Amino acid sequence: MPTAASADPDPAATATPSTRTVSAAQGQSGQDAVRIEGLHKSFGTLEVLKGVSLTAKQGDVVAIIGGSGSGKSTMLRCINFLETPSAGKIVIDGEEIKMRADGSPANRRQIERIRTRLAMVFQSFNLWTHRTLLENVIEVPIHVLKVPRAEAIAQARTLLQRVGLANKEDSFPAFLSGGQQQRAAIARALAVDPSVMLFDEPTSALDPELVGEVLTVIRDLAAEGRTMLLVTHEMRFAREVADHVVYLYQGQIEEQGPPAEVFGNPKSDRLRQFLQSVS
Amino acid sequence: MELILETLGLTETAALLSLSPPGWGANLLRGLANSLQIALGAFGMGLVIGLFGAYGKLYGGPILRDLLAIYTTVIRAVPELVLILILYYVGTDLINKLAQFMGYGRVEISGVVAGIWVLGIVQGAYATEILRGAIQAVPPGQIEAARAYGMPALLTLRRVTVPALMAFATPGLANLWLIATKDTALLAVVGFNELTLETKQAASSTRSYFTFFLAAGGLYLMVTLCSGVVFARIEKWARRGQPSLRQGGL
Repeated sequence: MPTAASADPDPAATATPSTRTVSAAQGQSGQDAVRIEGLHKSFGTLEVLKGVSLTAKQGDVVAIIGGSGSGKSTMLRCINFLETPSAGKIVIDGEEIKMRADGSPANRRQIERIRTRLAMVFQSFNLWTHRTLLENVIEVPIHVLKVPRAEAIAQARTLLQRVGLANKEDSFPAFLSGGQQQRAAIARALAVDPSVMLFDEPTSALDPELVGEVLTVIRDLAAEGRTMLLVTHEMRFAREVADHVVYLYQGQIEEQGPPAEVFGNPKSDRLRQFLQSVS
Repeated sequence: MELILETLGLTETAALLSLSPPGWGANLLRGLANSLQIALGAFGMGLVIGLFGAYGKLYGGPILRDLLAIYTTVIRAVPELVLILILYYVGTDLINKLAQFMGYGRVEISGVVAGIWVLGIVQGAYATEILRGAIQAVPPGQIEAARAYGMPALLTLRRVTVPALMAFATPGLANLWLIATKDTALLAVVGFNELTLETKQAASSTRSYFTFFLAAGGLYLMVTLCSGVVFARIEKWARRGQPSLRQGGL
């Protein structure tokens, strides 16, 4: 299994030192919530991730930015094994996910257990369309986590209220706006009380005027100390909420650091170009 | 009542169709009950085969996929009447050979069970294709969300995939059910007392072909109409949460 160091001979990745520990801001506070080491992922002959290493401590908000095809979504989806990594190591809350030599999970049960601690919010919401918002939110607590029904419903109502959908609990997703659906998806994610939340471009499918309401909810979650990995195109938002920003370029971390550094004083030319192109 | 029948000239017909002997009404209804029993059994068996078949075709290994392709192709290629003859005679023959081999005597195979098996295998081939299409129509994101939240495969199937595919599968399955009710008539050729054979017996005994076959046709129509109501409800339930296509106000 290649390590991060040996797998990164690319001289372009000079902007980042070999230690890629995130959360300089928070220092030693808290344990590692997510640790990725030397993550590789290939689709056939196309190598999408070429040895990415990243650590997020508890309470960290890590924003992952990069151009289209840079591998940022793939990286996020490897963390909960929606994509099977080709090589590397993933540790969640100190528990390493056991992998076979080809990267496939060695223990399905372990993956399923760990997935309940990682809540993912998708670009296209992916709510279950045949269930009402309330049913969407209570589904996993009741059927996977075995929470008593009454308790799950009470908690779901609180969460829907929190994301501003208290009066929509009996609506079906298809009858709601994208912003409402995404807020409901965030409520569904919160219902499992995750230790890490994975946001995969949560506002990319939304009309511009609906982006704000979703970002407000995410901002609140960041403020209350939720650990989050956030793949986003909203640079201003990333700068505002993130403790740490990672810029991916062609499957490698090109540059990373505190948002003020990454956005205010980019060292890599590619990052500078990228920031110019999106602003 | 009798006056009405009299004026319409239907007294004789009413006597023929009467539920108590010498009328043949009870025989027809018994035949209908047998037909429905077989249709229900075969449809249910077809659904089970279809669900496994669809999953096998979509997610199975190459050998399983090939076997299922042979199954659905052959079953759908051969006329159902021929299939029924083959499966019925070959099937009962095989079971008897097996029974003799294991030291039992000849086994009496109930017509209902044989009918359910034969039609179930036919229905399974069609159901495989209907359900395969429906599974593919389920937005992959919904299954992905289930996986991402730690649902095991069977729970995902039960809680997400099957409810979601119902919306796409119901019209096709309603067709299949109606075909099942009518395919039971083919079992008349192997001497099973379903509605068509009962009708034929009643008709040839009394020489009143028109009366009895019209009555049987009426019974088949009733089954279809009732099924229509039931499937409309199922479809409405299955499509809950999906906006109506007519919402644009056309």
